[in-house]
Amino acid sequence: MIPTDTLAAERITLAHRHLTVAKDLSVQLPPAKVTAIVGPNGCGKSTLLNGLARIHAPSSGTVLLNGKDIHRLPTKEVARKLALLPQENTAPEGLTVGDLVRFGRQPHQGWMTPWSEGDQRAFDHAVTAADVGYLINRPLDTLSGGQRQRAWIAMAVAQETPLLLLDEPTSALDLGHQIEVFELIRHLSGQGKTVAMVVHDLASACRYADHMVAMKQGVIIEEGAPAQIVSPALVQELYGVSCDLIHDPATGSPLLINVRRHIQKR
Amino acid sequence: MIVASLVYGAGPVTPLEVLATLVGQGSSEAWFVVTELRLPRTLIGLTTGLALGIAGALLQAMTRNPLAEPGLLGVSAGAGFAVAVAILVGASTATLTTLIAQAGALAGCSLVIAATRVQGLGNDPVRLVLAGATLSGLLLALTSMLMLMDQRAADEIRFWITGSIAGKSLATFQATLPSLVIALALVVVVARPLAAMALGERAAVGLGHHPGRIRFLITITVALLVGAATALAGPLIFVGLVVPFIARAFAGPDIRNTLWLCLPIGPAVVLAADVVSRLIAAPAEMPLGVVTALIGAPVLLAIVRAGRMPSL
Repeated sequence: MIPTDTLAAERITLAHRHLTVAKDLSVQLPPAKVTAIVGPNGCGKSTLLNGLARIHAPSSGTVLLNGKDIHRLPTKEVARKLALLPQENTAPEGLTVGDLVRFGRQPHQGWMTPWSEGDQRAFDHAVTAADVGYLINRPLDTLSGGQRQRAWIAMAVAQETPLLLLDEPTSALDLGHQIEVFELIRHLSGQGKTVAMVVHDLASACRYADHMVAMKQGVIIEEGAPAQIVSPALVQELYGVSCDLIHDPATGSPLLINVRRHIQKR
Repeated sequence: MIVASLVYGAGPVTPLEVLATLVGQGSSEAWFVVTELRLPRTLIGLTTGLALGIAGALLQAMTRNPLAEPGLLGVSAGAGFAVAVAILVGASTATLTTLIAQAGALAGCSLVIAATRVQGLGNDPVRLVLAGATLSGLLLALTSMLMLMDQRAADEIRFWITGSIAGKSLATFQATLPSLVIALALVVVVARPLAAMALGERAAVGLGHHPGRIRFLITITVALLVGAATALAGPLIFVGLVVPFIARAFAGPDIRNTLWLCLPIGPAVVLAADVVSRLIAAPAEMPLGVVTALIGAPVLLAIVRAGRMPSL
């Protein structure tokens, strides 16, 4: 897959009712890379992702999908370019993994068109990619958190979109399940998908993202490759904690150690 | 059930005579009973069951509340109140009654949807039903007040308000047909996006749907269906609860399968209840609304008492 589809925000301002949550943001997702949006609670990182995913309409500025205003494109057409994994997912009781993944084909199906061979291919590919083949007939409510999250990602993969947006894909998962999901995301970007995700945990973002967008109080304060932008100063500005920085001897990615509460010098 | 509905009931006609009539032989008296009394009644029962079953399934899926039911939530009461007003001011044509009932249902349905969007209320199935019961009670009280105003209208309203499909003319049935066809066409359009909305609003947008538009279409559809059913049979409660409940038990989590199954189950439930209503106090008849309430109330209790509400 040669990535040709682009998603960018141009000076967007996002507000919840009258409260401005994110102001004048411009970002461009690097193609076929994993972008992590990080920052403290309430910094507007999920809002930015929802803005990019056309869930949240900006009060000013535009989100551009392939150079066109995303809110002027038919939503179904957007759904063939951009898949979204929301933070909080619900599913009716008894819905199986197979049922869920099949939903991913809806943007490609016309009004009452039957399940096609192409649909089946995309379904099989998504199931294989997310490694949920052995779970196809299991109801979602009987799965572990990591399995369930992989099933939701499989649905998004079945959408066969060049762009994938994930809102805190690992927030409720333990370490093992987190690694499982992040490695799946790396695998998908390796196949050419452009990924953007909101990540709570800075260490995971350092480890798994190619590109990092650091936000604080609704503003992007730093952007770039984790190895270049992550520094004790940035960590202190984002989270108000002190730390030391070393490089992971195995992967070379930045590693925060000796993290402690910042004590103001008098 | 269709056969049972044609075969049993008031009038000195034996089941054998009915069958004879159906194959073209039989007395003129039997012919009259079957074609003029029981056939319209069966058709009306069939339509009512279909409309209320589908409307219940749609409301439940949209509000994610297994207790959402047009009768309990005040949608039927809205239609009933509108018709009572119409009867009082002297409207009598079938078409007008249907339209008025649908307008009343639309008002009731919009209130319900607005209520589910209020923070907290929509997340608690039982509280929503309480809100609906309050609305229903208010509308019933207002309807009773109307009945005090005019004796002639009162008799007509009283018979109609308990819910019955007996003695209704085919004219009302014909008047509701166009709106039923429109409503069923709308169901076909909204079924797929509605299924996706079960995954959450954001997920539905992600899959290329417009949740706001879908909610609007469903509100219209439910109003058309409940209005038509109420114009035909009066405000029947519990049918919209029992039918999707049974359908879901067989269909599983996908609303599309549930909707399909409501097509046979809705008519079957109403016709069965109607046959019971004819036989239980023969030769007199019990109003259909009483029978559906007797069947529906235990189902409601069972769902609530199940401890864990099934999540939709």
